[in-house]
Amino acid sequence: MNNVPVLLQLVNACAAGLLLLSFAMLSQRRIVTLVYLLATQGALLCLATLLLAWRTHQPHLYISAGLTLGLKVIFLPWLLHRLIRRLDVYWDSEPLINASVTMLLGLLIVVFAFGLAQPIAALSSTAARSTIGIAIAVILLAFMMMITRRKAMSQVVGFLSMENGLFFGAMSATYGMPMVVELGVALDVLVAMLVLGVFFFQIREQFDSLDLHHLESLKEKH
Amino acid sequence: MEFLLLLATPIAGALVLGWLGARRFAPELNALFSLVTFAAACALTARVIAHGKALVAHEQFFIDPFNVFLVALTAFVGLTTALFSRPYMRVEMTHGRLSAGRLRLYHAMYQLFTFTMLLALTTNNIGLLWVAMEGATLSTVLLVTLYRTPASLEAGWKYFILCGVGIAQALFGTILIYFAAEKIIGGGGTTALLWTHLDAVKAQLEPRVMSLAFVFLLVGYGTKVGLAPLHNWLPDAHAEGPTPISAVLSGLLLNVALYAVVRCKVLVEGSLGTQLPSNMLMGFGLVSVVLAAFFLWRQRDIKRLFAYSSVEHMGIITFAFGMGGPVANFAALLHMTVHSLTKSAIFFTVGHAAQKAGSQLMDQIRGLITLSPTIGWGLMLGSLAIVGMPPFGVFAAEFLILTTAMKQQPWATPILLLALGVAFAAVFGRVQPMVFGETTARRLPHPPALLPVFAHLAIVLALGLFVPPYLADWYRQAAVMIGGH
Repeated sequence: MNNVPVLLQLVNACAAGLLLLSFAMLSQRRIVTLVYLLATQGALLCLATLLLAWRTHQPHLYISAGLTLGLKVIFLPWLLHRLIRRLDVYWDSEPLINASVTMLLGLLIVVFAFGLAQPIAALSSTAARSTIGIAIAVILLAFMMMITRRKAMSQVVGFLSMENGLFFGAMSATYGMPMVVELGVALDVLVAMLVLGVFFFQIREQFDSLDLHHLESLKEKH
Repeated sequence: MEFLLLLATPIAGALVLGWLGARRFAPELNALFSLVTFAAACALTARVIAHGKALVAHEQFFIDPFNVFLVALTAFVGLTTALFSRPYMRVEMTHGRLSAGRLRLYHAMYQLFTFTMLLALTTNNIGLLWVAMEGATLSTVLLVTLYRTPASLEAGWKYFILCGVGIAQALFGTILIYFAAEKIIGGGGTTALLWTHLDAVKAQLEPRVMSLAFVFLLVGYGTKVGLAPLHNWLPDAHAEGPTPISAVLSGLLLNVALYAVVRCKVLVEGSLGTQLPSNMLMGFGLVSVVLAAFFLWRQRDIKRLFAYSSVEHMGIITFAFGMGGPVANFAALLHMTVHSLTKSAIFFTVGHAAQKAGSQLMDQIRGLITLSPTIGWGLMLGSLAIVGMPPFGVFAAEFLILTTAMKQQPWATPILLLALGVAFAAVFGRVQPMVFGETTARRLPHPPALLPVFAHLAIVLALGLFVPPYLADWYRQAAVMIGGH
């Protein structure tokens, strides 16, 4: 560790923070806190991008950091927060199914992710290659969160956390995707969230709740 | 020029139809925009016939034998579906299932959906391909929930989350390909994401990274193809959305998603030099065929029945691409074309049949042929075509696939034959009493547009008897390009 420059150590610290936040989301019951955690994760992602941009002098990474700041730290959490207040689910929480087992599974996922990242990290020439494993772990943990949660809002937070992991992965492996693709992805995420906003109100209007238990009638009928 | 018109028309259509809102002539305007798009696609096709493949706009867009016929097909089915939806949606409004505001949303999103599919097909940039595929999901989510019934909301949510998660996996796969390509081509610009450049250097791409990328890409885009066990969203979205949307989802979106999978497979196979991607395609394909064939028996809703039939056919096509080689690829491309035409024709007749019976439950649809011979015959002929009866095109494609399977993968032939037999019995057994028997049907307030149905079936019949030389030529060239074996 002695040879690693301070800037890179900071990037690694951000990566560790991202992973910790993923675990925090996995064990968080209150919906509104989940949104705060998501915003913090976005902020760390933005910070990591800025640090890498400063170190590598890649101008498009600054734009990418700006996008992250605008979209994932400010706009989307604000949108979700507003939705939560307008839908009056501010105090909602959901029971977790077997929190300790979930945590243990999460640990296994992290080990698996690092195994998966081995061949990629070995080839990568970027400064942040040691963090690819963390990026994959964040993606898989978000995936697990989407599987284990029953509330629509928590699933959406999981989805956005997965996007965070994907962006972080793209950055640590290749210093981000070309600008046109990154803009396209950001646009898609933005539109997806707006569609979701509309969608939530439709669900709410129909069922008077955002609990996905109501959305389970379309099983295979005999 | 043709490119610009092709991509700009649907965008303009979405803006104009969204802005004008619920006018009386909006359905006609929607059809007009689709007609212009189709004309642009025809012009583009003519150019390809005259001058061969083309790269335009700094190589960002391209047209080659693999995507030219899919572009023409997409624009054609887009047009016929717009024609069909004109009376269909008016009947739905008269029956009180839709308000004027939702019809505006429907028209705008319909054009936007056409745009995303054409963008996905023509873009040379695999990053933009991803963006367009996600756009296609987003533009159809609100269409699946158009009726706002509890079941449609559930279907829409499932569609959104499953395809959203799936497509996120595909993004990671795309990032990995970019990562591998950047080493060879050099990063910075978009060059390392251009398919034509990747194809040129595919042998040098790092195999371990590419195989990992393929797993993510196959799972990601495979969710949209509806490959089992990732197909859960498909029957719900088809059954609960409006019928024109079922027709374009089945006929077009599944094709476009499969197109993305095959483009990626070409790159990965070139890099690995092994059978891994082919074997994965064959495995997913076979599981889909078998699972769908047996699920067909359990269906009571007519649109779910044909949705499962789409899963089955996508499975067959995927299996054929997995076998690879000139003949199997040729058959798969032919099958993509005829399945798309036949399945959308079936959904057109099914839509009107369900409107006549007032229900999508098959037990309540009876005696179509007595009251409306065209709908009855349309459904009958469409079903005969889709289960693979000669002389329709589906038969020719399935015959080629089965004979190739006997040569290359003999173990799979009995499984395929069994599944096809089961599917035949299930579909035919259900359709027969709906067409014949005592009538329960009623008159519709607007006369249905059945010209698209018979136009589609006529083309399918023609393709079963004779494939035009330039089309066969594209199929052959694309089959060589896709390779395998």
